[in-house]
Amino acid sequence: MKFYDITGAEAIARALIEEGVNTVFGYPGGNNLPVYDSFFKFKDKIEHVLVRHEQGAVHAAEGYAEASGKVGVCMVTSGPGATNLLTGIADAQMDSVPVVCITGQIGTKLLGYDAFQETDVVGFSMPVTKWNYQITRAEEIASTFAKAFYIARSGRPGPVLIDITKDAQNAVLKEFEYVKCRKIRSYHPFLKPKPEAVEEAALLLNNARKPLIVVGHGVLLSGCQSQVMQLAERINAPVASTLMGLSAFPCGHELYAGMVGLHGNLAPNKMTNECDVLLAIGMRFDDRVTGNVEKYARQAKIIHIEVDPSEINKIITCSVAVVSDAKSALEAILPKLQTSIHPQWLDKVAEYRKMEEKTIIAKDLDPEEPKLRMGRVVDVISQISGGNIITVTDVGQNQMASARYFKYTSTDSLITSGGLGTMGFALPAAIGVSYAVKDRPIVAIMGDGGFQMTMEELGAVMQYKLPIKIVLLNNSYLGMIRQLQELYYGSRYYFGQMDNPDFIKIAEAYRIPTKRIQWQNELIPAVNEMLSTPGAYFLECVVETTENVYPVIPAGAAVDEQILI
Amino acid sequence: MKHKYTLLIYTENHIGLLNRISIIFTRHKVNIETLNTSASMHGDIHSFVITIYTTADKAEHLRKIIEKQVEVLKALLYEDSQIIAQEVALYKVSMRSIGKNNIIEQMVRNSNARILAVNPDFIVIEKTGNQSETQAFLEELSVYDVREFIRSGRVIVTKPMRMLDDILREMEQEEETN
Repeated sequence: MKFYDITGAEAIARALIEEGVNTVFGYPGGNNLPVYDSFFKFKDKIEHVLVRHEQGAVHAAEGYAEASGKVGVCMVTSGPGATNLLTGIADAQMDSVPVVCITGQIGTKLLGYDAFQETDVVGFSMPVTKWNYQITRAEEIASTFAKAFYIARSGRPGPVLIDITKDAQNAVLKEFEYVKCRKIRSYHPFLKPKPEAVEEAALLLNNARKPLIVVGHGVLLSGCQSQVMQLAERINAPVASTLMGLSAFPCGHELYAGMVGLHGNLAPNKMTNECDVLLAIGMRFDDRVTGNVEKYARQAKIIHIEVDPSEINKIITCSVAVVSDAKSALEAILPKLQTSIHPQWLDKVAEYRKMEEKTIIAKDLDPEEPKLRMGRVVDVISQISGGNIITVTDVGQNQMASARYFKYTSTDSLITSGGLGTMGFALPAAIGVSYAVKDRPIVAIMGDGGFQMTMEELGAVMQYKLPIKIVLLNNSYLGMIRQLQELYYGSRYYFGQMDNPDFIKIAEAYRIPTKRIQWQNELIPAVNEMLSTPGAYFLECVVETTENVYPVIPAGAAVDEQILI
Repeated sequence: MKHKYTLLIYTENHIGLLNRISIIFTRHKVNIETLNTSASMHGDIHSFVITIYTTADKAEHLRKIIEKQVEVLKALLYEDSQIIAQEVALYKVSMRSIGKNNIIEQMVRNSNARILAVNPDFIVIEKTGNQSETQAFLEELSVYDVREFIRSGRVIVTKPMRMLDDILREMEQEEETN
């Protein structure tokens, strides 16, 4: 459809509508006000969510994108508005989250002359964006937005930033027509799996006697959960998950082996260094997954299914690389696989699980322990909800407890900051999730450190009456820091301890129902009350201050040298 | 082991692309030794020629990261044996230091250089060659008063007979249409 004599600002709104955007997280300022004004006309089509800090806008857009499978959009002004986005953009880049960030910019004539709230956002966002562009003429709006959305969501998704000068927002376009982007000459995101790679992968899997599958975020992004299940069941391979891949494979499945990595489960870590074929699907061998790279799965043939060619042989040299999205790769490999069984190999999962159960899990989840422990809190939430909730976690011990002890039964149930490890992620991300998912409860789990980084977003929770259940695991410490200081710095707890405010009073100030608990016997009733209370809820769990997350792979050690304490 | 590598990068001709490419080297703490950028045979496709000293693994990693950039069509990595490379150097020599001496003309001839401009105050000599050749000539000229010296980045042609058109066609084939 063509529109005549509309402003650049209106063209932006129309471009967003054409891309199916109905929610924008943002913060107004002098240099994006024309767009805000144009939104007024489209308020039935685009819902704008006013966050309380621009970092919140981009995390909310990430949460929205992760939970909806659509592109998340945030919009902020120039200068500090734009610089405040940076953490979230970097987070989206590391975790392959499709977001489009729109920043206002001073007038074109002033560019480069240090006008009020000018900053070189295109320059400083370059290392952390998949693509960015500065629009200085209204005529560029249609094609730039079309490109931005196409780039953000295709191939390996990622953040895109569009900077728009104020004069381009105010200029009147004689004619505006939006055509979706379908192709960019220099960009080839839709790679087909090479037939010879597919053959080799199938051959390795058919001959494997001790196969191990590791699923990553790519499984969720390409939506191939059922193909993973089929493949695993066909070849009877245990399935492990990275942090970002959690919930892609149901935790209750007999083939599920647990989470790999630093604080992951013993079974998949040990079996990484015992398997003969390791099938890595949509994951990138992060250092938190591999431990010492020199001692990672040296005995195994590694098949790496990965959409981004630059990830192949980046950290781990693989035997076979299938370069395409995970779904296409698995669809090509599946018909070539024979049924096989490896009962003895599979028994190892249970064996190792028993060891971990005895030394760590039993203690973490002990219902007799009078004081609250993080793992037990997560476990109770998991049990009472039956797994049918979306958990959004922050970073640190709260994140590891959630990853370890939540029993994911349905897919796309964990939203977390993986690669960048952004404290303060959970609350704003949960705000975004609440706009994408209406039929499942949303529980945001965070520590007292991360909460205080973005707790201003309680304002948005209050204003828009968002049904977010906030679980604050308060140990009055930066728990992971405290743990590292205990293990590696002679227990010199230097600046890991925090004098905290009364969090209940803070939540109450935002008119959110609250409860503070500190004893085990209060836990089940409190979680029940939280989940059955309509709307937002703030549950502060005063947990054991000196709890550590175990098991752990010590610095420089191999995955199979994980320590149980 | 560090070696000299030459990256040949075909890109769209857009503002900021040089920055997008150069920050990749910054992040990996690899110095750009020489850089040349110009339009390619296809007027709307730009080419960058960048030389670096690094290890084979890192050079290949850098190539992949560069190629991953949306507006990069193709990044190719070469060792010196796979290309024919040339640089151009200009030398400004003060006339006073030359005086009536005509040996300099002989030096220019012997080095396959040429005199580009003559001025009452100075002459400008141009020499093409690889870095060691242009450097050797600079040292030879040092008996005179060399006031300015500048050397370009590399221009290269590659030995394989594959053309840019072939590369573009291959890229099309690798991809499914959306």
